[in-house]
Amino acid sequence: MAVTAEEFAEEASRSVLESVVIRFAGDSGDGMQLTGNQFTLATALAGNDLATFPDFPAEIRAPVGTTFGVSAFQINFGAGGISTSGDTLDVLVAMNPAALKVNVADVHAGGLIIVDTGSFSQRNLDKAGYSANPLTDGSLAKYKILEVDMSRLTRESVKDLGISAKEALRCKNMWALGLIYWMYGRKRKPTVDWLTTKFRKLPTIAEANIAALNAGHAFGETAEMPAEVTAYTIPPANIAPGLYRTVTGAESIAWGLTAGAHLANLEMVFCSYPITPASSVLHNLANMKQYGVVTFQAEDEIAAACSAIGASYGGSLGVTSSSGPGVALKTEAIGLAISVELPLVVVNSQRAGPSTGLPTKTEQSDLYQAVYGRNADSPVAVLACRSPGDCFDTAIEAVRLATKYMTPVILLTDGYLANASEPWRIPDFDSYTPFPAKFREDPEGFHPYLRDPETLGRVWVKPGTPGLEHRVGGIEKSYDSGHISYDAPNHQKMTDVRAAKIAGIANDIPLQAPEQGDETGRIAVVGWGSTFGPISRAVSNLRAEGESVSHIHLRHICPFARNLGDLLKGFDMILVPEMNNGQLVTILRSEFLVPAEGLNKVTGQPFKIAEIEEAIRARLENRS
Amino acid sequence: MNVVTPPAALTPKDFTSDQEVRWCPGCGDYAILKSVRATLAELGVEPRNTVFVSGIGCAARFPYYMETYGFHTIHGRAPAIATGLKIANPELDIWVVSGDGDSLSIGGNHLLHVLRRDVDLQFLLFNNEIYGLTKGQYSPTSKRGTRSPSTPAGSIDNPVSAASFALGCGSRFVARSIDTLQKHMPTVLKRAHQHRGASFVEIFQNCIVYNDGTFNRFTERDIAADNQIDVVHGEPLIFGADRNKGLRVRPGSLALEVVTLGENGIGMDDILVHDETDRILATMLVAMDPPEFPVAIGVIYCNPAESSYIDHMRTVPAARDSSQGKGDINALLRKGHTWTVG
Repeated sequence: MAVTAEEFAEEASRSVLESVVIRFAGDSGDGMQLTGNQFTLATALAGNDLATFPDFPAEIRAPVGTTFGVSAFQINFGAGGISTSGDTLDVLVAMNPAALKVNVADVHAGGLIIVDTGSFSQRNLDKAGYSANPLTDGSLAKYKILEVDMSRLTRESVKDLGISAKEALRCKNMWALGLIYWMYGRKRKPTVDWLTTKFRKLPTIAEANIAALNAGHAFGETAEMPAEVTAYTIPPANIAPGLYRTVTGAESIAWGLTAGAHLANLEMVFCSYPITPASSVLHNLANMKQYGVVTFQAEDEIAAACSAIGASYGGSLGVTSSSGPGVALKTEAIGLAISVELPLVVVNSQRAGPSTGLPTKTEQSDLYQAVYGRNADSPVAVLACRSPGDCFDTAIEAVRLATKYMTPVILLTDGYLANASEPWRIPDFDSYTPFPAKFREDPEGFHPYLRDPETLGRVWVKPGTPGLEHRVGGIEKSYDSGHISYDAPNHQKMTDVRAAKIAGIANDIPLQAPEQGDETGRIAVVGWGSTFGPISRAVSNLRAEGESVSHIHLRHICPFARNLGDLLKGFDMILVPEMNNGQLVTILRSEFLVPAEGLNKVTGQPFKIAEIEEAIRARLENRS
Repeated sequence: MNVVTPPAALTPKDFTSDQEVRWCPGCGDYAILKSVRATLAELGVEPRNTVFVSGIGCAARFPYYMETYGFHTIHGRAPAIATGLKIANPELDIWVVSGDGDSLSIGGNHLLHVLRRDVDLQFLLFNNEIYGLTKGQYSPTSKRGTRSPSTPAGSIDNPVSAASFALGCGSRFVARSIDTLQKHMPTVLKRAHQHRGASFVEIFQNCIVYNDGTFNRFTERDIAADNQIDVVHGEPLIFGADRNKGLRVRPGSLALEVVTLGENGIGMDDILVHDETDRILATMLVAMDPPEFPVAIGVIYCNPAESSYIDHMRTVPAARDSSQGKGDINALLRKGHTWTVG
């Protein structure tokens, strides 16, 4: 087996960089996500802070070489705090003409583009829709171009291993990774270990991949490079001490739900139907029976919601998960859970567009659906996760509220959070306060709609409990006995109590505090969900210039923290950046009568820091 | 020494809730309710461990009238809710009560899957070939040409056969009874209860308001004996007021035919013996309809699986158990690549 040569001293002095944004782009069969994940791990181990953005096509394997089959993985890493996957690219690795064509516009002027010239055949240029070869027609003049025949060099690096030409070429992504490892001083060992494990049963393939990785690295060390392509060092970030791992939002939600169920002392029954990008939550939980998690792949979205409700009726924590179109199908069932007042966590990994839309692209446009999207007056609690790591704690909070208030809770995440990863300081689970669920067992004075006077949550009874046999259902029930009731004043009373129960959650959640900045000032930038990163950095940039800007980010959206209205009224201007056409902004305006204005982006891509910064700056300048 | 008093035997009254029954006078549902209560009392099941789950429709009011646990849910979704309930607590004895619209139109998908998964519960389909609660529109089991408020010129949809559908879904227990058969129904319900897996029972039920007499062709007292056959495992398939008619495989074909004992040299040896484990026979029996054939009732198919779906679902594979922590969340979060800062 090939060996790595980490022990070789770095002879050349490396230039120091604060941060870098790299995007690996290639055909969807080129292994770009895998390459990106390995670079992420190596970067995390090197002590940099980072954020990633996997961006892949909806087609599983689009025709090779086409622009709609391009898959990309972006990572922003650095010595400072990294809050987004980066605005423009410092480096683009383009494995074929299509990858270049789709991604080149995101590279900043003077940025580096590394291309595999071996893939720039006339056929591939035609497939990508190039009328002339961009490497020779001068169209890339404003960039630095490093042309390498990666295909040939990869084949040469594995030629002694006796593998087929096709198998050899599949190691090309590792060759590219090796070169990038050299540029940024990354250690190859974790990737070598990973390849060895992954191809345990195919040792020759493991060896070929490792050989390609080493060859790419060696190329960087020895080849004659253009002057501006050199080796860099990015000093470790100043990161809080602790034990770390990288985590995606999908993993973190799965673990958070499981942790929440443990704190509630309940078994979790997770019922779901596959849909992009929500499926990864199901995948993460499917192998976790020993943690008290049973997963059920239902026949459809409706069945997934209903079986979760059945599980909650049976005394487990019922959880269902989907994306917007799937949540639409669950709507009637969520109404039933509201009526029978059972705990239910509904995870919505939002994606772009109405109907099928852009399944693999991100958006935040299911907020109205979560807050309002049901028949009749049917309030539920709504929470939003802000970052991959934050998904863990927000999921626990969803379980706490669902079980304490006997209500459905909608937990909003999105495609970006689900797939993106960041370093996460692993919490000590023993430091979390348990909130064990209480089950009624005493038949004395029992009826199924007895309520806790403080929370207004109804009693939870496990079928099987002697003496408490009772019937529940979606028909309106008498406030006093829980029996069917069509009585007019009773329906008013039940509608009021269901609303009061959800509104009362405001007394059980933290007051809203700005993430950055003062509690009053010229402009508050209010966000929710995955816009946290770009808003956070935009606000900190402006604050560094002395501007009076605060960042307020909402985890609890229904109900809002009870001081939110007063807090917003302390600012001259309120700007609400959202990846939708203006949903939170209208809710804030209607709820608090504040002059909030929206900053909206619906391209399927996350906000850039610069876009938000510019919008804030424009407003500050207009009013001065 | 303590003397343990055996619990008093339960009676149908012990399964009767304090809720007023609100079906139309003369509705077949009353007879089914009576039969179910009597069956549960005879079986000696525990009310606390028994759950009735229903969707929407006249039949779906059933849980309110039972002194057990009950969940009246939403249109067609009772099988899905019952599945989640069974996953959460496999000890519960679950009965799903549904009508033909509820389970074969809006809930057809869920019925399909609860049967093919073989979730251990009893599924009672009250078939009256009409939508009752929404005031008489034709249903998926209505005969072609049914005139109703939504099909004034007669329906053009072909009806689905509930029991054929159940067999097609892979159901391992298919039985039938009729609302008026107060002796027959408990025998079928007991077998359904005994069966481990999804037990599908179709009960022909008369809707006195919107579809009165739709099953008269085999339920009218004077013709019933000649137009019904109560199938019993191991017994010859004979029927008729004079017990002289029987079923045999028509020679040279894969079809059943009705023959008369003593005619054309037909004797008992020519008559098929019912084998409830024979899926092909069951498929032919459920398709029979007057006037050519009698309607088959009783346990038509029963062929239990060796192990239960829910057991499989809840079993932690041994290999996984040893390679990962035992439910320790701290261990879960620390699995894989980690590193320490500071």
